[in-house]
Amino acid sequence: MVKKRVIPCLDVAAGRVVKGVRFEGLRDVGDPIELATRYSELGADELVFLDITATIEGRGPILSLVERAAEELTIPFTVGGGVSGLEDARALLRAGADKVAVNRVAFEEPEILAALAAEFGSQAVVCAVDARAGEVVTHGGRNPRGRGAVDWSREAAKRGAGEILLTSIDADGTRAGYDLELTRAVAEAVEVPVVASGGAGEAAHLAGAFEAGAEAALIASIVHERPERLPELKAELKELGWNVRS
Amino acid sequence: MKVVLADYGAGNLRSVCSAFARAGAEPVVSTDPEQIREASLTVIAGVGHVESARRGLAANRLDDAIAARAAAGRPVLGICVGMQLLFHESDEGGHGLGLLDGPVRRVRAPRVPHMGWNALELIGEPALLDGLDGADVYFAHSYAAEPTRDIATAEVDHGGRMVAAVESGPLAGVQFHPERSGSAGAHVLQNALNWAGQW
Repeated sequence: MVKKRVIPCLDVAAGRVVKGVRFEGLRDVGDPIELATRYSELGADELVFLDITATIEGRGPILSLVERAAEELTIPFTVGGGVSGLEDARALLRAGADKVAVNRVAFEEPEILAALAAEFGSQAVVCAVDARAGEVVTHGGRNPRGRGAVDWSREAAKRGAGEILLTSIDADGTRAGYDLELTRAVAEAVEVPVVASGGAGEAAHLAGAFEAGAEAALIASIVHERPERLPELKAELKELGWNVRS
Repeated sequence: MKVVLADYGAGNLRSVCSAFARAGAEPVVSTDPEQIREASLTVIAGVGHVESARRGLAANRLDDAIAARAAAGRPVLGICVGMQLLFHESDEGGHGLGLLDGPVRRVRAPRVPHMGWNALELIGEPALLDGLDGADVYFAHSYAAEPTRDIATAEVDHGGRMVAAVESGPLAGVQFHPERSGSAGAHVLQNALNWAGQW
């Protein structure tokens, strides 16, 4: 069977990886390609680059990063963050991203999912769904949208998304574990793979997400703090009986 | 070795190109049928639908060039949708080049797309997959070729068995992405260059 995936997520601003709390106090933690290559060597199954300043600065820096990543990485990567329309998404895929993650624009103009799937195939289209207490939120969690995350995920998959990147805003940054109830509900509602995101702190949390039906688990702060945690996590998951790539 | 990637206007071939360069080849991306015919190895890669890929190839008569190569016994490697393109009609709509017998069917599994790393189970001793039995490689697809002849060289298990690779004379295909499969993928491309050198 296809293996459960562990996916480090890198926040990128102006072409550098940064770390901060809710976009405040951003600190430069390195070159995206260097960090990505390091994670790849340590056993990352895929990577996500999240362009956290895209809407402020335009797409220039992220496009050149995507081109370099496409040339230098030997594992797949998704690019997302601030994708504002079809042209934006298309530019990222044409620059060499394996998948593009669309969030607010998909919620507001869901036909973008079908358009991207028709051109690049569903496997290249990730719908990022952010949720608080089961409700879809956008703009980094600030805007509640009055629609259930399960219901929206189902529609997104039907329209052409080949993967759902499901982030619990409540759990994000807590390291207290993923929102398993939400993960399970979405994984049962859609046929496409679900990536659990928000709250990873230890191997048991990832195992819980897999148990709930997620095909993959996103990790961020635990691995940025200490990259060597990545192979340890995978070894622990293997001991817990999960089919992960060594 | 001169490797020519057929450019049919879909997606981006940068990652495949770089992976071949790392394997020691001299890859170029081309829309020129002459180059496609004369290359030491022609590669069909990319993303999207079989039908739009076939139309993209036909726009520059690359479909004829590929068929002519194959008929002359010169090697062609299809990657992902490029492998599907070697076959006949697709569940996705449209038709491939028909160089290999069999349809392209929608993946039947609890989770579609088939996305992620899966272990190759080799059949026989395929040149392109030499040394790769049990290796994990990366898949990202919702459709897969179902060869009617005995040309499958590897399968994977994803809620049922699926063909992961084929070899038939000068035609070879891999459903996974060697350019995105780490060191195992690099090994496949190295094998592909050795295999191409023998034709």
